[in-house]
Amino acid sequence: MNPTFELDGQAISFAEGQTILQAATTAGVYIPHLCYHPEFKPHGSCKLCTVKVNGRQTAACTMRAALGMKVESNCEEINAERRALTQMLFVEGNHFCPSCEKSGHCQLQATAYHLGMMSPHYDHFFPNRAVDASHPEFLLDFNRCILCSLCVRASRDVDGKNVFALSGRGIKTHLIVNARSGRLADTDFAATDKAAAVCPVGVILPKRQGFAVPIGERPYDKVAIGAATTVRAEEEAS
Amino acid sequence: MTEKRKLRVATTSLAGCFGCHMSFLDIDERLFTLLEHIEFDRSPLTDIKTVSPGTDIGLIEGGLCNAENVHVLREFRANCTILIAIGACAINGGLPAQRNHLPLTTILEEVYHTSPGLHNGMIPNDPELPLPLNQVHPIHEVVKIDYFIPGCPPSGDAIWKVLTDLLAGREPTLGHGLMHYD
Ligand code: SF4
Ligand code: SF4
Ligand code: FES
Repeated sequence: MNPTFELDGQAISFAEGQTILQAATTAGVYIPHLCYHPEFKPHGSCKLCTVKVNGRQTAACTMRAALGMKVESNCEEINAERRALTQMLFVEGNHFCPSCEKSGHCQLQATAYHLGMMSPHYDHFFPNRAVDASHPEFLLDFNRCILCSLCVRASRDVDGKNVFALSGRGIKTHLIVNARSGRLADTDFAATDKAAAVCPVGVILPKRQGFAVPIGERPYDKVAIGAATTVRAEEEAS
Repeated sequence: MTEKRKLRVATTSLAGCFGCHMSFLDIDERLFTLLEHIEFDRSPLTDIKTVSPGTDIGLIEGGLCNAENVHVLREFRANCTILIAIGACAINGGLPAQRNHLPLTTILEEVYHTSPGLHNGMIPNDPELPLPLNQVHPIHEVVKIDYFIPGCPPSGDAIWKVLTDLLAGREPTLGHGLMHYD
């Protein structure tokens, strides 16, 4: 029998080397996350997956599961902190969901719904970030980037191209395109790249597909993120 | 036993498109049920121009794009016990806030001087016109807002849910299907 740890009072079995998040997902239990993707090494940066392990906060996507751990996740104290992190992500960028092609299919938005985020709470930064429409097939709208680095990891580790990078530090961190011009058209980025399909929000978007699926009929409109079926779908995709 | 006093409700549209008000009317025949419990004060539906002191609930559609919007919002806050932000524009500025990265002069120049078909246009400066703000702001950045109903617009069902929760003395919540930012 596999060893187990305790997650919100439920016994979760895990295989040696699995993180808390991986073991929970295998068991069909949702822990909110944004920078984690089952196909990539964890990045541990968004902190949405924060849980309490034996009373101390840690990231569930980087912490290995261990025998007898007591993990708290779905409680108001932690969800309030996750909600605050989500609100900060909303006000630091420009997230006008009604005009975003990713709406209804966006992990940030779906996670905010899940956490009951009724308002962005904080003052908005309204940053000024130009879009990059140079590529014939893809658009980059940096206004919605949450710096999860998934495109960076996908381009580097799967596509072997290094099209994207995070530059700057702290609040100045931003996504850049690795070309002398800084434009996507001047890279070897291709529509078939893993990096073209991995963005959890509405930054890296294929052109000429606007409203192909109407608002209200998109994946998270139908099934909430964190619903058992969604958790399983993510597990099966990995 | 005395009959329960009806709650007084005021509504307004600031930098919004009246879409949220239209959605409010989408509660359809439930309006009759609602009217057993509430009466309208200042609202585009009554044409009353000022908010009466002691109003119970203020519903605000739209963000703040000019000085008059700020004035009206403050009047609502001063006279309403509960203020509710309704719709994307009130909550994050929405579509009007997409001008926020452009300098106001550039916008006015383009709208009144350089757009094709305009010549010798004047930037309106009648003293009766409220001054535009440099940027459009959500209303919670200026006064305290008690509740939020997201959506562009929120559905009639979402508005109904929040109002009936409040009338029943419950903390309003929107579950999956009613919670929408789009
Ligand atoms: S990326 Fe997501 S949260 Fe941001 S505007 Fe688009 S749908 Fe909304
Ligand atoms: S563009 Fe998308 S995938 Fe890349 S860092 Fe930003 S949010 Fe993440
Ligand atoms: S998912 Fe764990 S830190 Fe982002």
